[in-house]
Amino acid sequence: MSLDTFGGFWSPLVWLLAFIVTFLIGYILWGLGEKQHKTGEQLKPFISGLAEGSKEDVHVKGGNIYWGFTESLKEYYKYATKMHTGILNDYILWFIGIAAIFFMVVIIPGVIW
Amino acid sequence: MIETLVTHAPILIIAAPLLVAFILPLIDKVSKKGRNILVLCAVVFTLVLVIILYQDVIENGMRIYTLGGENAHVALPSGYHVPVRITLVIDALSIFMVLISSLISFVGLLYSFAHVKGEGTGKFYTLFLLMLVGMLGMEMTGDLFNLFVFLEILSISSAALISFYIRKGQPIEASIKFIIISSLAALFVLFATGLLYGEYNLLNMGALANEINSQTGGLTLLSQLAFILLLASFALKAGSAPMHMWLPDSYGEAPGAISMFLVAGTQASLYALLRVCFTIYNTAIDASIIGGLLIILGLVSIFIGVTMALIQIDIKRLIGYAAVAEVGYIFLAVGVGFFELAQGELSAYGLKALQGGIFHIFNDVLDIGLLFLVTGAVIYMTKETNLNKLGGLARSMKYSSFFFLIGLVAVAGLPPLNGFASKILIYEAIYKVSPLLSIIAILASIFMLAIFVKIFYSVFMGPKLSSLSDISEAPKLMLASMAILSGIMIFFGLFPGYIVDNLVTPAVNALVDNFTYITTIMGGI
Repeated sequence: MSLDTFGGFWSPLVWLLAFIVTFLIGYILWGLGEKQHKTGEQLKPFISGLAEGSKEDVHVKGGNIYWGFTESLKEYYKYATKMHTGILNDYILWFIGIAAIFFMVVIIPGVIW
Repeated sequence: MIETLVTHAPILIIAAPLLVAFILPLIDKVSKKGRNILVLCAVVFTLVLVIILYQDVIENGMRIYTLGGENAHVALPSGYHVPVRITLVIDALSIFMVLISSLISFVGLLYSFAHVKGEGTGKFYTLFLLMLVGMLGMEMTGDLFNLFVFLEILSISSAALISFYIRKGQPIEASIKFIIISSLAALFVLFATGLLYGEYNLLNMGALANEINSQTGGLTLLSQLAFILLLASFALKAGSAPMHMWLPDSYGEAPGAISMFLVAGTQASLYALLRVCFTIYNTAIDASIIGGLLIILGLVSIFIGVTMALIQIDIKRLIGYAAVAEVGYIFLAVGVGFFELAQGELSAYGLKALQGGIFHIFNDVLDIGLLFLVTGAVIYMTKETNLNKLGGLARSMKYSSFFFLIGLVAVAGLPPLNGFASKILIYEAIYKVSPLLSIIAILASIFMLAIFVKIFYSVFMGPKLSSLSDISEAPKLMLASMAILSGIMIFFGLFPGYIVDNLVTPAVNALVDNFTYITTIMGGI
């Protein structure tokens, strides 16, 4: 059932057991928490006194997630997106280029020495 | 009866879908229901034969099927020094790959019954079966020329299916790019085959391996050139970066089940690459250099795949880039295995790396395949691929979102699913070569988690959007095919030791043992 890895072993069933036990402990702790907390008005977000927009309007769209990450790596992305031109000639050029590198690495040393 | 089936199973596995593919357009004219039943029968028959053959290969070892010979199990006719007939060779690695392809075709077919409707459906299934034939042929053929032929069958049928739905013309553009790139790769394979034929007068892979590995004084320049052409072509077809650009284009535009089937197609090319490296050339070529090249290709694929996936807003292109990264893991593991082969005897961690790599081939097809099926269902229901225009679908597509979550956990390599089992083998084995490789691989998995959390959040979470208020759950057959894949993934994840012992290790042993491959074909030479 368990998997022998190079450094040890991996047993998903032991992991599952540990997960269930941890979950139960967490659930019990949660159950012991404060029961007097208020609901309703107090749960609404405070946006400097402004009224909250509709849930649909304030939902962060897929394209904006990780904006900070992509912004900090914009120099890399400038190059990476330029590399993906969508032009077939470039695709073929990359292929020929890699084949040429293979040629240089594998054959040329043997020819020289 | 069973014995006869087992004897002729190799050719029947290819012939059954091929025959039905050509009959199908006629049946389509008569009855649509009959057409669906026939195509289902062909795929189920193939799958059953594959399972029977798998048991036989695991119990009795490698099996040869010679077409047109007096004895189907003998590749070398009496009086001949080299095999001259078309030979199918099925060892544990071939049958492992064939099992993947036939299983995926079955799941893809169920999905397509619900997904593909209207005019041209008959042609869709004909092409679907031809695609299956191409894959199975590539994985079972014993000679290089037929490898080229099956690669062409796979490429042409795939190209036609990518543009099955024309939708504003983008699928046609993707299809043209795919067929040109595939033709170029196939041309290089044909050229390499010609070079090897000119050099050794041989096309049979076992006989070629015998000649190449028994050469004294090193490989000839032409043999090395042929190797480079084969390596570059199959790396291109496997979707390795930086030759991967065609892959997100094609995966992104194909219908859902075909995107999944294309993943299995790229793995067939990866299989061909493994055959060339390990079986034909083995240590006759400088395995440390080639292993190093494969490791570099793997790292570049992982890095470019995950970073480019992060900025995509088209849901299927995003998964396409993630698939590039997943292929990178396989290249990384196989590269370490091949690098280790240069030392003469494969070390324990070289073997573990190969086990991880081969196991990951199956997991990649399952994980990425499931994600393509779910996103295909989302697109089918919403007609939308832009992540910015999707949201809140977990409220109306509960089961689909659950299946996506399973795919997410698996592809990100989180325990306890199958992706983790193969990745932990890779992490630990490549650590021995360089801890840096492991760090990069683990970091990329974290990126992968971030990428799929992004999709899950933007497609399924959040408030119900007014533009998607009337969306309902995907059809039952689509859900059933997702459930089958999810079930297999959970099983692989919970019992990885069983899968590695019974499926992966025999395949790895067959991969590294080219002596048995050669002697079985050459009749004990």
